[in-house]
Formats: sequence, structure tokens, C-alpha cells
Amino acid sequence: MEPNKLKFAETHEWIAAEGQTARVGVSDHAQREMSDVVFVELPAAGKDVKQKESCMVVESVKAAFDVYAPVSGKITRVNEKLKNEPQLVNQSPYEDGWLFEVELSDPSELGALMDAEAYEKAKTTAH
Amino acid sequence: MSEVIFEKKSRNPGEHVSPTDPLFKLSAAIPEKHLRRSPLGIPELSELEVVRHFTRLSQKNFCVDTNFYPLGSCTMKYNPRVNDQVAAWPFYARIHPYQEERHVQGMLQVIHELEEDLCRITGMDAFSLQPAAGAQGEFAGLLIVKAYHDLKGQKRTKVFVPDSAHGTNPASAALCGYEVVQIKTDAAGRVDVADLKTKAKKDTACFMMTNPNTLGLFENNIREITRIVHDAGGLVYYDGANLNALLGISRPGDMDFDIVHVNLHKTFAVPHGSGGPGSGPVGVRAELEKFLPQPRLKRTEEGFVWDYDRPYSIGRLRSFYGNVGAYLRSYCYIRALGSAGLKRVSEFAVLAANYLKARLKNHYEMPHDSHCMHEFVCSARAQKAKGVKALDIAKRLLDEGIHAPTVYFPLIVEEALMVEPTETESKQTLDEFADAMIRIAEQADRDPASVQAAPVSTPVGRIDEVKAARTPNLRWQD
Repeated sequence: MEPNKLKFAETHEWIAAEGQTARVGVSDHAQREMSDVVFVELPAAGKDVKQKESCMVVESVKAAFDVYAPVSGKITRVNEKLKNEPQLVNQSPYEDGWLFEVELSDPSELGALMDAEAYEKAKTTAH
Repeated sequence: MSEVIFEKKSRNPGEHVSPTDPLFKLSAAIPEKHLRRSPLGIPELSELEVVRHFTRLSQKNFCVDTNFYPLGSCTMKYNPRVNDQVAAWPFYARIHPYQEERHVQGMLQVIHELEEDLCRITGMDAFSLQPAAGAQGEFAGLLIVKAYHDLKGQKRTKVFVPDSAHGTNPASAALCGYEVVQIKTDAAGRVDVADLKTKAKKDTACFMMTNPNTLGLFENNIREITRIVHDAGGLVYYDGANLNALLGISRPGDMDFDIVHVNLHKTFAVPHGSGGPGSGPVGVRAELEKFLPQPRLKRTEEGFVWDYDRPYSIGRLRSFYGNVGAYLRSYCYIRALGSAGLKRVSEFAVLAANYLKARLKNHYEMPHDSHCMHEFVCSARAQKAKGVKALDIAKRLLDEGIHAPTVYFPLIVEEALMVEPTETESKQTLDEFADAMIRIAEQADRDPASVQAAPVSTPVGRIDEVKAARTPNLRWQD
């Protein structure tokens, strides 16, 4: 996935929306800041998530980090590969290291997110 | 790496057989089918070889007794030996917890007086010494919060923690079934009062805080913060992790906190960091006394007794009397120093941290450049531009014979290094640390690879933390 086609949350998640569904991951900047990821606690498929609320946890050698849902909706699929290969989050944050897919309950929420350029500017101050 | 004792080979094999008494027939005492057929799986070594093995291992131990240990938020200060001696006195150490109360009145009096001392130091009305460590103290505190709201028939679901909080705070809240809500930190490194105001509502159960906070800064608006939470009907919890900054100067009770836990093993001279056990007494204001863990120590005309008739109590958290060895050490420490001495503890802890902060501020970024309390957080952001991270600096300090500060905490500071020198170190030691830190900053600038390669002088070099976490090997042998 090309980063410049994605939307970003100020909490460093990216989202790629196509119609009613979207794929979510963490940004390259975020994976670098977290350092080596050692465990990914994925949400359950079918779970309802709310925009800006914590929905799963990524654990690195530094600390455990909450991942916030960039949009509201229902989790439809999770990246099962991460159970055995959490390092994919570091190696390929925009491709193989995606986290989950979500069915959007309110597509207008996407409007509140940043494009790649705005995120590039904001990322060092946001946390 | 050292061999473990099972890998050691005796210098005199075959000579060290287990003692056997020909008069004692094992088969007469134990049925034949339960007797061991194979030799015991213990190493065949002489007593001298065993003594040398464990003495060598102990000499590799990096601890307060051997080196400076400025581990932020952990208060790794020197604990006077005299307190250990008192705790080892046979008439305390040999008490059995099932002895009748009338036989152990002396020990019970120590517990009672320590409860009173902690009340005076923190400004609380009642204390229970039962929680076995800080995290259990927090757990007790949150159970009290829950019991308080339940009795009032209120359903409150949210516990606030600052985004700089210790990880145990959200963990304790979650364990008690609460939803954790983060409160933002403002530009000055304090609780963002405006953010708190928008979040404090009738579903607010409690706000858990440390003061000074984990950035080492005193929460100047603390009275306003406690008022906002109280006005919303919530309670305010004081995590005593940073109490070493305030002894005899300022009290959580006077800041209107409702519940407090203190770490005897940090603030009051109980060895910790694999030297435990710890102790995390929980204190409350009068209205919450009835919820404290049971049994409660009660004074009667016949002396001290344990009171089990406590219908509102959150229950028992720890067997017997709790960790009495810790109580004895803290009791002696507090009584030896007195109120004037305790105040000097905190004054010197704060002075030492500010001295180091001033010496380092031209070499490391200080995200919050106001005076600090007993610890401060600096950032290795400038060094990171050269490829040297906080972790590399921490490892390089080991080569300098200094324990690393806490790194990457609090999470809101990039490349954080959190330094808590404590009151027990001399100016010379503080200067040696500052000199080492400045030397490392220069190395990071000139020759970053040398810092990245650290440590080079320790028995074990850079540990592969990623491999250890991803594929942990928890057994000595497969």
C-alpha cells in the first residue's frame, strides 16, 4: 500500500478505506518509535470498535502500546500471521504488517483523519 | 557466562557421597515401591566448591551495595544495616503467626505504632499494613473505591490515570473491573486541568495519581485537581511511589487525597530489587476506614487483638500479619530519623536530583526545564540524531560502573532517561555520574559506534532482548 494513498490518525494508525470496509495498521514512524515488536494482541473478529478508543495492544521490547481505532465499526478480519510473526509490523508496516479490517459504521469519520503529507508534518508532535 | 551449579564438575569426583547411617534402614520407614532407584540429581561437589561457586556469583551482582543505582521511580537508596539487624533479632524473627496474641504484644505494638507513624507522615486517618507490596496496595485501594461507591449505590465505571502514570495504575484499575481513561499532561509537564474538567463526570470512580508525578514534577494544581474529582463524586488515590520527595514537607492528606499507599521498600529502608519482600501499606481518611482489609489491629484494655468483625471490609489480602520483617525495618528507620531527619531525607533527595539536572542540562535535552523534585527525566533525542539511543547510553553507563537509569519511561517523553539519585549518595558520586553522562554524550557525538557497542566490560554483553521476548527459553536445559 502506498503511504501517500492512506489516511492517518494523530495516534499513528493508518487506514486504507474501500467503500464500506477498511484495512488498518500502524505507521512506519510508529513502528520505529515502538522498536522491535514482540507480541500483538489482536481484537476478536466481530468486535465493535469506536473511533479514538483503544481496541488492541502492540507490545515491543520497550513497552505495551494501545492501538486506537481510526474509525468506528465492526472488526471483520484480523491479520492472523502476526500471532507467529509479530516482527511483520516492523518489517512491513504498510503491507504484511497490517492489523485488522473493519466495516465502517460512519464513513464520514474518515474526514477527520490526516493525509500522508499532513501526518508527516504532525507526527513528531503527536503522541 | 558462569556455569550453573549442575554443570560444575568436582575436582575430587567420587569422594562426596551422601551420608548414610547403617542404623537407619530407609526401607523400614518407606514402602519399597516408593524408594528411589536412581541416584539423586544433585551435583557432586564439596562444600568448599559450593561456597566458592555461590560467592563468585554474588560478586557479579550489581546492586546498591556495590554501585550507584539511579534507577528512576524506584528509589534505590542505601538501607541502613542496623534495621536489618533489628529485624533479625530472634524474639521478632522466631515469632510464629499462630502464637496467641497475648504472647506477641511487642510485635503487635510495633505494627500499631507504625500504622500511626504512617498516618502522621501522610496525613491519613487510618492505615492497614497488610498489602504485601505496592501493586497489592493499589489493588486494595481500588477495592476500597469500589466498596465505597457500591455502598452508596452508585455505578461508576471509570478510573483516570495521567498519561505519564506508572503501568501498575491502569493494571490495578482494570483488575478491579474499571475502564481506564487517560488524562493528558500539559506543556509544563503537569496534569492538564482542562482535560480533567471535561472528563470528570458522574461515572468517575477515582483518579489515581503520583505527586510528584513521573516526570519528577510537583503537581502545583493538586488542590484544584482533587476538588474537581470530589465535585464529580469520585475519590482521589495517591500512589506513594514518589513519596521520597515529600517526607516532612507536604502530605497527601493535606492535598485532599482519600486513599494512599506507601512503599516501605522504597521510602522506608526496606531492601528491594530482588532483595524483598516489599510492603505496600494502604491508608485512608476516616470515612473509608471501615473498608480497610481485615483483620484490623485493635487496642483493648487487655492489649492488642486482631478484630475480624468488620462487615464492610474488602477482606483479607495477605496471610498472617503481612511482611513483618519490612515493618520492623521501617519502624526503626522512622524512629531513628524522627520528623526532622525524615525531612532532611527528602530535602537531600530533591537537592541531589536538581544538582544532577543542572550539571546535565547543557548535554541532554530537558523536556521540562523547571526545578524537579527527587528525580528528573531527560531525553536522548539529540543523541538519537547521531544513532545513539537512550538504550545505548544506558548500556554504556554499565561500562562506567553505574547502574542504568530507567529508560523509555514515562512514555510521553521521547528517548526518556529517568534519573533518581536518592539522598544517600555523596556529591562525589553524583559528580562521577554527571562526568560519565557528559563523557557518553561526547562519545555519542564523536564516535557513536563505540556507544552502540556497549557494554563491553560486563560479564554478559548486549542481550538480545527481541529474541528473549519472541522466543523465550525459560528452562536451563531442554
